[in-house]
Amino acid sequence: MQLKIRLFGITKDIIGQTWLSLDIPEASKVQDLLHNLQTTYPGLTKLHSVLVAVNDEYAKPEITLKPNDEIALIPPVSGG
Amino acid sequence: MIALTDQPINTEEIIATVQSDGAGAINVFIGTVRNNTQKKTVVRLEFEAYESMALKKMQELADLASERWPVQKVAIVHRTGLLPIGEAAVVIAVSTPHRKASFEACEFIIDTLKEIVPIWKKEIFEDGEVWVAAHP
Repeated sequence: MQLKIRLFGITKDIIGQTWLSLDIPEASKVQDLLHNLQTTYPGLTKLHSVLVAVNDEYAKPEITLKPNDEIALIPPVSGG
Repeated sequence: MIALTDQPINTEEIIATVQSDGAGAINVFIGTVRNNTQKKTVVRLEFEAYESMALKKMQELADLASERWPVQKVAIVHRTGLLPIGEAAVVIAVSTPHRKASFEACEFIIDTLKEIVPIWKKEIFEDGEVWVAAHP
C-alpha cells in the first residue's frame, strides 16, 4: 500500500523533502514503517528519538497502518 | 484561546481573553527569544509546527489543566516562522480564583507543551543553524 508521510524539522532535512511517498506491505505496523525509514535513511537513527503520529495522535509501535492514514514523523519536539 | 500564528503575539489581547469575574488571579508566561545558547550567539529562531496536531495537543493541555486546577479560562498561543531576538515565542495565560492554582496550571502547561506538542525550534547562528533537542 502507498503511504504519504509528512516530515518536519530535522527529519525533513535528513530526508530532503516535506512529504515522502512510500510503498509498504499491507497491514504494516508503525514499527515496520520506522524500520523501513531508518534503513533507507540512516541519519534518522542518530536522532534522540523519532515517533510516528497517525491521524494527529502519537502511535504505538504495534498500531497497524491504513492507506488513508495521515502519517507524520515526529522528531524530538522543542517548542516553547 | 488556542492558536498558532506567524504574526507577533499581542500579549494584552491574550490576557483579555482569560479575564473573568470569578478569577482572582491571572498568571501569564511569556517564552521569549534569547540571544545565546551554550555560549553561542543566536541571531534568530525559527519555529515549525505540525499545525493540526499541535493545536489538538495544545487544546488537550488546556483541558487537562482545567481538570486538575479550578481554571476559569486558559489561552495558549505559539509563534511559527522566523523570530528576532526578544520576541515572544509562546504566551500562556491562565485565570483561576486564587493565585497558587494559576501558577501551577501555567507551569504545567508550558512544561508539558515542551514535551508533547509537535513544534520544532531551529537556532540560527551567524555561522550555521541547528534543530534544538534533535540529537542526544
